[in-house]
Amino acid sequence: MGGPHLKSAEYDFVAARRRLEAKPKSAGEKLTDLEDAVSRVSDGAHVAIGGILFSRTPMALIREVLRARRRGLTLTRNLTCYEAELFMVAGSVERVVTAWMGIGLPWGVSKIMRHHVESGKVAFEEWSHLALALRFRAAAMGLPFLPSLTMLGSDLMGVGGMKTLEDPYTGATLAAVPALFPDVALLHVHRADRFGNCQIDGYPHMDADIARASSTVLVTTEEIVPEEETRKHPDRTVIPGFAVDALVHVPFGSYPHECYGLYEADVEHFDEYAKGIDARGADAVSDYLERYVYAPATFPDYLDLFGGERLARQVRQARELT
Amino acid sequence: MSEYNAQELLAVVAARQLRDDTTVFAGVGVPLLAAALAKQRQAPRLTMVIEGGIIGPEIAPGRLPISTNEMRAAFRATMLPAITDAFLFAQRGFVDVGFMGGAQIDQFGNINTSVLGGDYWKPKVRLPGTGGANDIASLCREIIIVTAHEKRRFVPKVDFVTSPGWLAGDGSRQRAGLLFGGVSRVVTTLGTLGFDSITKRMRIEAVHPGATIDAIRQNTGFDLLEAPEIAATEPPTADELSMLRALDPDRRFLG
Repeated sequence: MGGPHLKSAEYDFVAARRRLEAKPKSAGEKLTDLEDAVSRVSDGAHVAIGGILFSRTPMALIREVLRARRRGLTLTRNLTCYEAELFMVAGSVERVVTAWMGIGLPWGVSKIMRHHVESGKVAFEEWSHLALALRFRAAAMGLPFLPSLTMLGSDLMGVGGMKTLEDPYTGATLAAVPALFPDVALLHVHRADRFGNCQIDGYPHMDADIARASSTVLVTTEEIVPEEETRKHPDRTVIPGFAVDALVHVPFGSYPHECYGLYEADVEHFDEYAKGIDARGADAVSDYLERYVYAPATFPDYLDLFGGERLARQVRQARELT
Repeated sequence: MSEYNAQELLAVVAARQLRDDTTVFAGVGVPLLAAALAKQRQAPRLTMVIEGGIIGPEIAPGRLPISTNEMRAAFRATMLPAITDAFLFAQRGFVDVGFMGGAQIDQFGNINTSVLGGDYWKPKVRLPGTGGANDIASLCREIIIVTAHEKRRFVPKVDFVTSPGWLAGDGSRQRAGLLFGGVSRVVTTLGTLGFDSITKRMRIEAVHPGATIDAIRQNTGFDLLEAPEIAATEPPTADELSMLRALDPDRRFLG
């Protein structure tokens, strides 16, 4: 607490490159189960979460990391939804790196986030949306930083400890946005073949950059397709198999968050969750963890809590919009 | 004359700020409604850019998005770039206007959406954060702040500069490296404010129907300058109001 938390390990592009060089980059089989995939997340890890806010959130992987009861995590996500509240109440996270945290306007400022940050239990390291996105892109490019015109002159500069540099050509002042090489990426995609070649429909957010930036990449997919399908549409592949360490087939793997074109976010579920907190504070989140994370042993058991009719309704609504 | 509420007035006046053949970075709520209204009226060739990586969406009446990152915000979009690239369009200079709100606004148009009181790492009140607001404020050609006019919002100095306006005025924005953009107007529920061309201190430029210069001053936590001529805002027309209301039949954002 009490100062910028920027760690040199996060932008050390030489060390990050060595880690990647030392790692197998296999075109082989990546399919496994959630428990095995998440065994690659250790205590104290810097975990980057793909998707954005309540879109294409890797909920099945998040649920499994919570079930593994990891400690001392740093969670990085550009727009952080209530999944970080679950980690806060579970006592699993010490630092959140983000541009924004909450569910959305109708639900107001997160009470759980406020309590943990204002009491100093969790550090809230704030970067602008583009700056944090460029941190992933710099890392994805194997560079220590990228120049940008954003965040200059604001008090956010001091929070993350971002430095400026003089453009060697024009003399202009530029933000030197430091790279961010996370330990692990958690991602959810629309389809992949069993070798981990991944395709995303709709808005790509920044998952492809996060995959390249991270040392270890764990992916869940709505659909497993035959290798021939990948080879028929190689232009649609955004994450190559050699970058993926573990792949799990999890239909509705973002639920109750949305997956573009497949199912809309279950906003009523957010209402129920937020109402619980309004009434009972963090106890409601503890109960939520018990009911939705710890008790259902498998992801299908978890989906059963919502019921097939509700899932079908969300699918219908997505089809109307896309 | 039609009856209307404060949110409707805000949306209508904000919509009038937009010109045809331009682009606007718009967030959800009143800014999105204002952009959609402008597109139906004086700016049919306006393109909306949305933070979630969405370009050129249309608004499905009654299915307004809650977030800038969901299918409702992407309805019939013309392009879905990565979020990073959506902002880089603004850094390149493709985005003319950025609409913004804010918990605290100061006399130089700086905005705070991060922390109130105390130390940054252990604040009295932790707010949700910048999201893309800092980037929009840094990178668009022009910023228009759209907000309710309340004394607690309009403070002499923000506790924390999340999104840069004119910083401390007198060229300080450019000296920080922000070579482009800046806040041109603040559209509120009481009037339209602008900035002195040199000092960049906030000034009254127009007074909305039902409001007065005194009411604006009483609801502002710092001394406002006055433009040489202060205009009277034309009330929303029946046409503007009916188009606006058709976009939000459930009164989700219009109250």
